[in-house]
Amino acid sequence: MSKWNLIVDVANCTNCQLCVLANHDEHVGNSFPGYAAEMPKHGHKWINIQRKERGQTPMIDVAFLPVMCQHCDDAPCVKKAENGAVTKRADGIVIIDPEKAKGQRHLVDACPYGAVWWNEEKQIPQHWIFDAHLLDDGWKEPRAVTVCSAGALEAVKTNDADMQRRAASEGLEHLKPEAGTKPRIWYKNLSRFNRSFIGGSVEAAAGDTVDCVPGAAVTLSRNDRQVAETTTDVYGDFKFDGLEADRGQYRVEIKAEGHPPKSLDVTLGDSVYLGEIRI
Amino acid sequence: MTEYKFTLILYGLAMLLRQRALRYEAFRDRLKEKNLTAQLRTRDGRVGRWFTLNDGKLATGRGLHANPDVVLSFKTAAIAADLLMPPINQLDQINALKDFTITLEGEEELTNWWTQTMMLTQSVGWKYGIDMGKGVTRYTSMTNGGPVFVYEKDGKILRITPITFDDSDPKPWSIEARGKTFTPPRKTTLAPHGQNWKSMVYSPDRLLYPMKRVDFDPNGERNPQNRGVSGYERISWDEALDIVANEIKRAKRVHGPGAIANSHGSHHTWGNIGYYLSANFRFINAVGMTRVHHNPDSWEGWYWGAVHHWGQSLRVGQCETYGTVEDLLKESEMIVFWSANPDATSGSYGAGEGTVRRQWLKDTDIEIVHIDPYYNETAQMLGGKWIAPKPTTDTALALAIAHVWIAEGLYDKEFVETKTLGFDVWRDYILGTDDGIAKTPEWQEAETGVPAKTVRALARNWGRKKTYLGAGGWGNGHGGACRNATGIQWARIMVCLMAMQGIGKPGVNMGNLQWGTPVDVNFYFPGYAEGGMSGDLHHTAMSVELYQRMPQLPSVNTNEQSIPRLQLPDAILKGKAEGYVWDGKSIEAQFNKISYPKPGYSKVHMLYKYGGSIFGTMSDTNRHVEMYQSPELEFVVNQSIWNEGEAKFADVILPACTNFERPDISEWAALGGYAHHGQTQLNHRLIIFQHKVIEPLGKSKSDFQIFLELSKRLGLAAYFSEGMSELDWAKREFDASDLPKIVKWEDFIRKGYVVLPANPEELRDNVSWRWFYEGRKKDVPEPMPLPSDYTEEYLKGLQTQSGKIEFECQSLKRFDADDQERPPIVKYNPAFEGPANREIMADYPLQMLTPHPRYSFHTQGDGKDTFLNDIEDHRVKVDGRYYWALRVNAEDAAERGIKNHDLIKVFNDRGAVICAALITNRLTRGVVHGYESCAVYEPAGEHGKSVDLGGCLNLLTPPRSQLKKGHSMGSSTAMVQVVPWDGNIQFTRKVREGDAAVITAPVAVAAE
Repeated sequence: MSKWNLIVDVANCTNCQLCVLANHDEHVGNSFPGYAAEMPKHGHKWINIQRKERGQTPMIDVAFLPVMCQHCDDAPCVKKAENGAVTKRADGIVIIDPEKAKGQRHLVDACPYGAVWWNEEKQIPQHWIFDAHLLDDGWKEPRAVTVCSAGALEAVKTNDADMQRRAASEGLEHLKPEAGTKPRIWYKNLSRFNRSFIGGSVEAAAGDTVDCVPGAAVTLSRNDRQVAETTTDVYGDFKFDGLEADRGQYRVEIKAEGHPPKSLDVTLGDSVYLGEIRI
Repeated sequence: MTEYKFTLILYGLAMLLRQRALRYEAFRDRLKEKNLTAQLRTRDGRVGRWFTLNDGKLATGRGLHANPDVVLSFKTAAIAADLLMPPINQLDQINALKDFTITLEGEEELTNWWTQTMMLTQSVGWKYGIDMGKGVTRYTSMTNGGPVFVYEKDGKILRITPITFDDSDPKPWSIEARGKTFTPPRKTTLAPHGQNWKSMVYSPDRLLYPMKRVDFDPNGERNPQNRGVSGYERISWDEALDIVANEIKRAKRVHGPGAIANSHGSHHTWGNIGYYLSANFRFINAVGMTRVHHNPDSWEGWYWGAVHHWGQSLRVGQCETYGTVEDLLKESEMIVFWSANPDATSGSYGAGEGTVRRQWLKDTDIEIVHIDPYYNETAQMLGGKWIAPKPTTDTALALAIAHVWIAEGLYDKEFVETKTLGFDVWRDYILGTDDGIAKTPEWQEAETGVPAKTVRALARNWGRKKTYLGAGGWGNGHGGACRNATGIQWARIMVCLMAMQGIGKPGVNMGNLQWGTPVDVNFYFPGYAEGGMSGDLHHTAMSVELYQRMPQLPSVNTNEQSIPRLQLPDAILKGKAEGYVWDGKSIEAQFNKISYPKPGYSKVHMLYKYGGSIFGTMSDTNRHVEMYQSPELEFVVNQSIWNEGEAKFADVILPACTNFERPDISEWAALGGYAHHGQTQLNHRLIIFQHKVIEPLGKSKSDFQIFLELSKRLGLAAYFSEGMSELDWAKREFDASDLPKIVKWEDFIRKGYVVLPANPEELRDNVSWRWFYEGRKKDVPEPMPLPSDYTEEYLKGLQTQSGKIEFECQSLKRFDADDQERPPIVKYNPAFEGPANREIMADYPLQMLTPHPRYSFHTQGDGKDTFLNDIEDHRVKVDGRYYWALRVNAEDAAERGIKNHDLIKVFNDRGAVICAALITNRLTRGVVHGYESCAVYEPAGEHGKSVDLGGCLNLLTPPRSQLKKGHSMGSSTAMVQVVPWDGNIQFTRKVREGDAAVITAPVAVAAE
């Protein structure tokens, strides 16, 4: 059985908001009986782009994370809905029936991803419907995917076994594995959003002149065990990425030809840029 | 024999009218609109036929009617037969008009209606759009943010999407590089404002009815002091048009030539016929108006600076970019994005096309550097090394790079020796042998705040690697640092750096993958700057090709008075203005000085404002408020789609409709003229028939129609329209292009778009500058510079006097070798409003960057209750109002007690604006960042004496020209202070000495 999945590549999302705007375009002023009632013109973000700035000037990066209905196979909203208001289609898409769901505000709280939005005027919960109404009309992918020029969104219709294989080979993750809801939305490069880095810039002085030190060997260790190694670039910069935040003490050791080795102890909360490191 | 032929044709016309009425309801309805008698005849009356319409019924007879309302006469039957026998030859028709072998008599309204009715016999049966079933029709349109499919149902826009190609559309190009194949997807992309259009069309801020200011009486009290204060009342189109037409006549009668000025934004809506360079120019030329001459607003530094080093005047100082996408992907090892943020600005018109290509960089080992005080959107997307100089100091950083290259021999000595001029003079300045200051990395650190070691590392890396310099959003200029106070220096030194690295060598060129795709540029379709139906051979690029291909009546503005746009308020308020004009014809054309008033002309007493508001895009915009409230302006008409910005200062408002409510034709990102072959920033060339998808909302009309209605009141209807509708003009442009070679009109207007096939690989354009690097004649497909601008032989060398890249500019030596603001070699001069100005720094310690916006375009898309309000990086909702977003460095914010989304007052002597704070580490300390081009201007109290709640940051920007001998905004960086807003709405505007001097200095000179 072929089902819909969506792969979100966090490393490619630029916050251009085209997916958000395309969703507004589709649903503001339009109602699609059986799929979705009109979306309020303002305030709802059925696709909601969250931001994460990591590091400190000038070593920073910024990642954006589009969060939408995860179309879970084990969806809390399906379970908690009264009178069958939320259904799981055979193609994997979850639909909140705009008629049957009237008044069921608890469905907003039921979603661990904050992806169900309450329409105050119509008294209904609403969500990103994967453009099921268009797919049923022969469209090949949801509008959010078509409009994305940064390659951050890909709709995949395949069987679950194939999707699992692809997830394993490409390191796709779920947003909140601990929620155990079996989402059909997969995230690539999620570490850009939920992991941390330790970085710094190595420099050395010769007389009055300070210069960047390229090619220095830098190691990262934790509990006396080396967890990563890298080499400084032409600017003397190094960066250890993909570290879990709030994991306590790390040691950074720098070795460069002609200089004594240098080590620094780092307490990692969020991402940290150690600044200029003179060796 | 010819008399017989003409008689037959006239009989045929009668049959045709009857047949069309029988077959088409629309035509039957048309015939019911007027009761009249039209006479077609030879001048001697030997052949003729009359047509009488009475309540839609047609009576017709041979010979001459006793009392015709409309008379179309031909000098001879032979001429008539020639002109009317299909296929109609447009050139013959135009020549007949010019030679007076056809004449048209009668009341304007009736003659125009009759000629358009005859044209309608051709177009009434045309079918548009694709039936998608369930009552939905798919149309097409073109926007500044990309081409779109428009789905319509029951007369309403259902949805707007990018265009996805079908099987019959051609395959895209591909580039083999680094063992990979790069090929773009078979669809178009959109900019955010392109996807926002449905909410713009149905915005509650649409102007739907003609309106008059309640206390404006054209025959009594005009109350100009109340502009922007008092309200409006709805009036009929007839009343509105009568007032405007009468005021046009009155201004000319009472004051004489020059009394009416036309001010237009750079974009109203897309489309080659309804455009400002098209219908608007034809109309204002026909009336005769004082031009408000635009400065090269997005290209300042390139035009006033770079031009003198490498020519390229017809490209506003930006260089050719052919073939650079392929060369970059194949050959380069590094890209330096310098004040370049193409992923936010979409190349202006290029939507997400460049973004698609820059994503490919992630699959290569090309190193990436971003030099920008803001960790901008392109940096966010691509990563790489971020170097953040203080705004306006980039030139110091660049000088230090050149210093390292000279000191360490890291430049192309042979190229400098053989292809450039004056390097030794500049080298002496860099090494300090002339002024005692060596421009070392250590020296620049004090100016830029960038560590010397970083500059040295960058310079060494750059000097050793084949590097592309992507300067500005297009990679060869546009936006960014060229628009701040030191923009001219910056653009100049970008050229000098590339000259040192041997521009044109494989892998060494200007670009950042935004321009230079291998699309087929040889296929002709006119760009917007080619002037459409303007007939204007002077102020558009029409003379190059379109005029020959699309014969039309020429139009000339006999009124030669003009006002430099940046000084428009001064011209009105002080009665004098002076500046230099943007004219790309030659390098020296920019040395032409204009003065206002021009001897013998009237000062301006009526303003015809057309298109988007310039409040949000010009500098120190409180000056414009003062201008509008001046009694010097006896009448102000504003023709606009939305009630935004300065529309609220008009006496009469004429409501225009959007491009979705009128027919037009255009190509995506086709500028023509000053940005020749702009389509090379696309992955596919698309030419669009812009369908009239829905009826104009309310009583709004297309710009063409408004100009036509006014023309009827001025006796200009036949001249303005040539008897045709805007749809007929679109067909004429189709016929004038290469399109008929590949598609039938009927198929084109049905499907709505054509994707042009890419060139086969062997026919791709040569790489820009390669010819220069290799010492060949120019072999890229651009018709510039003009032949007389070559020094030795045509196509040999550059436009400069030496034909080389000139480190020491001979044009500047000739013009004013002692100009400290623009010396013959590029030097670093700290900004007049920047970190070196300690006096300003004491009061206003923050540098405010106001770059081109990401989500909106000019004032398009912003405000108006559109979807963009929901984007936090655009506006933030606080207490029920959507405030403009201003980014503040986290430490600067903490120091001031500002938290994310707090309301803050951003201010200096010029004004105060309330924004919502976005706290970020993407800025160095001392810098705040907010997009320019806000559409909303909303003082909380009295104009000029209260804070603006709309977000119009240009209230704060310096009005001073980058240089006195130019006409050049330097407003993209202003000094400001930011504090939490205490809710106080009072503000006292002070005119700082620098501003006042700048405003009055040229006037003083003129008075001498």
